[in-house]
Amino acid sequence: MTALQGWLDQPGVTIVLIGALVGIAASLLGAFLVLRRESMLSDAISHSVLLGIVLAYLLTGTLDSPLHVAGAALAGLGTVWLTDLLVRSRRVKTDAAIGLVFPALFALAVLLINVYARDVHLDTDAVLLGEIAFAWLDEVQVGGLEVARSLVTMLVITLVNVLFVVVLYKELKLATFDAQLATALGLRPALVGYALLGLVSVTAVGAFDAVGAILFVAFVIVPPTAAYLLTDRLWRMLAIGCAIAVGSSLGGYAAARALDVSIGGAMASTTGLFLLVALLLGKHGLVVRTRRRGAPRAPAPVGSVATPVAPGPIAEPARERRA
Amino acid sequence: MELFGLLGDFTVRTVALGAALVGVVAGVLGSFALLRQQSLLGDALSHAALPGVCLGFLLAGSRRLEPILAGALITGALAALLVMLLTRTTRIKTDAALGVSLSLFFAVGTVLLTYLQRHQGAAQAGLDAFLFGQAAALVPRDLRVLGLIGAVALLAVALTWKELKVTTFDADFARSLGRPVVAIEFGLTVMIAIAVVIGLQLVGVILMVALVIAPAAAARQWARRLEGMVLLAALFGAVSGVTGALVSASVRGLATGPLIVLVASALVAVSLLLAPGRGVAWQLAQAASQRRSLRAHRLLVDLYRLGLAHDDPRYRSEQGMLDAYFGGRTAHVLRRLQRRGLVERVEHMPEEGAHWLLTDAGLQQARALLEPFGTRPADSSAGAARAGPASRADSSDGGAGAGAASSADAPAAEAGASGADEPLGGGR
Repeated sequence: MTALQGWLDQPGVTIVLIGALVGIAASLLGAFLVLRRESMLSDAISHSVLLGIVLAYLLTGTLDSPLHVAGAALAGLGTVWLTDLLVRSRRVKTDAAIGLVFPALFALAVLLINVYARDVHLDTDAVLLGEIAFAWLDEVQVGGLEVARSLVTMLVITLVNVLFVVVLYKELKLATFDAQLATALGLRPALVGYALLGLVSVTAVGAFDAVGAILFVAFVIVPPTAAYLLTDRLWRMLAIGCAIAVGSSLGGYAAARALDVSIGGAMASTTGLFLLVALLLGKHGLVVRTRRRGAPRAPAPVGSVATPVAPGPIAEPARERRA
Repeated sequence: MELFGLLGDFTVRTVALGAALVGVVAGVLGSFALLRQQSLLGDALSHAALPGVCLGFLLAGSRRLEPILAGALITGALAALLVMLLTRTTRIKTDAALGVSLSLFFAVGTVLLTYLQRHQGAAQAGLDAFLFGQAAALVPRDLRVLGLIGAVALLAVALTWKELKVTTFDADFARSLGRPVVAIEFGLTVMIAIAVVIGLQLVGVILMVALVIAPAAAARQWARRLEGMVLLAALFGAVSGVTGALVSASVRGLATGPLIVLVASALVAVSLLLAPGRGVAWQLAQAASQRRSLRAHRLLVDLYRLGLAHDDPRYRSEQGMLDAYFGGRTAHVLRRLQRRGLVERVEHMPEEGAHWLLTDAGLQQARALLEPFGTRPADSSAGAARAGPASRADSSDGGAGAGAASSADAPAAEAGASGADEPLGGGR
């Protein structure tokens, strides 16, 4: 016990653990978002979660009430719902709807902070950079141990996300790859989608303190995308995503210590290095593809005709199976 | 009005001019981004400007605007290239590519920002202002730089207008005309990056995407042609910019960027609700008026049919029976028809309540309504009975009887006129 306490008392351990938990929680959900082509919704959610946090703060006057998480989750789901509403009105396209809703909510949140919450720890820099460096200062008692509050929060959120993915694995898989079949089997893929995005919102709140709202997006999107280039199996994609997240937390912390820069930013940047490696060496990466193209029985030249750059149906459920 | 009184102040005038300029350029180029469904590219471009801002500052060693803007433009273009590389050479989809590009560039940006703040003494240089925008930081020299860049971008749009238009709406057609579509698309992306970059100082990297999308999305609701949309988007952008900048200048401590974005978002909301033709309120009103006129037409035809069934074009129908035949309450519809002089109310027998009959004008209109559908005697069962609203066609004996009777008794002129036409019934 005392050995564990001594270990936890080192700020570095706490920081790396929090970063790893944020990464695992985010990339587990992110894998499904990437496959459903809804990645940019995580960007939208991570911005508008701030509005929920600010409103909860204005209502309760504190920054760590249960209302805090509930408000943020509601704001996240509200963003998704508003975006959906705009798309269904058929007056703007999906990409524009996403880009209209979250900046408006985020702008409102920033102004509310400007007006009402000037003096609290909710300053706008924290929104962007996170304060993982100070996470170990705020501790709570858990089973005789002094543990950083953020660590406990992120541990709970991560466990919830792991449970969600394990228990609903089949449903999530089917809703992601074949929403029509899922509907035919009575699985309510839309409900699964909202549950997924609700958990993304909750995770964003937890991550908000650690790495900041926007860097959270890196943890949601980049590790699963890198894993997507490495494997064709869903469970492997999830596992690789988690491994990359943990590696980024370790590597990012070391880099941030060496250069004395933002720890959250360094962790998020490190995910990019993993993506670069996957991009070059992965099963679906550039080197393999180029070599395959150079082989005698080369397939028809891929990408010879310029493919359109228009974004795919982001908020719509993926219609195709993964190749 | 107090707001506009501020325009007398020199600093405020500078800021308002700058905001108007930013709004105009973002509105014009945002229109193309919106129509090409590339709105979120603006998001990636604006987040990706952060490392460029820091690099520009680092290399120039001062807060001069030109190197900072050049840096932002370069990293923005790199982010766009990364998106293109990922989507064209791997199986990563556009949304993930945008997210990757946005978050990684921004992450590197925060690393650079904290590095500069802790090592280069940049904390006082106000680089933070580029996150959410700061109106007060704009000086006339900056305005000239921004004006020059903006003018170049607008001039480029004007000169390549036809190419931009055809590439936006039909890239395949443009390619078949031999236009360099890839070059045009790349140029457009660079120009959108320029629009983002010149707004950084006023709106900030996080919210600049809104100023690219919102004015264009609002303008799209009012305009049917590209020319009108682009001009309107420029106007909306300018209005948002000036209003936001003025409010920010008059109330201490309110960041400029969020204010401008909120004004632009409000314009979008108003446009979605009220724009003629596309607006939600407009379409609701139109649907209501169509429902009204459809009800009126149905009732006229019903009265006419009842007349035919009774061998009396001026047959007096009892209101309760009309309700049953019409399948709903008819009192308000009848009153409207009465005001237009198409039906007449008579007290047939006092204890039986109101009776209604068609006036000459009403008779004429009912015939005119039925004419395009034709009422050939031979098609009595299939055609005429279903010429009325489908809901009633198969239900009551009265309906079928009236339909059959109407076609049997139809005036010869009507049957003859429509003889060549297909009866309505079969197809519906």
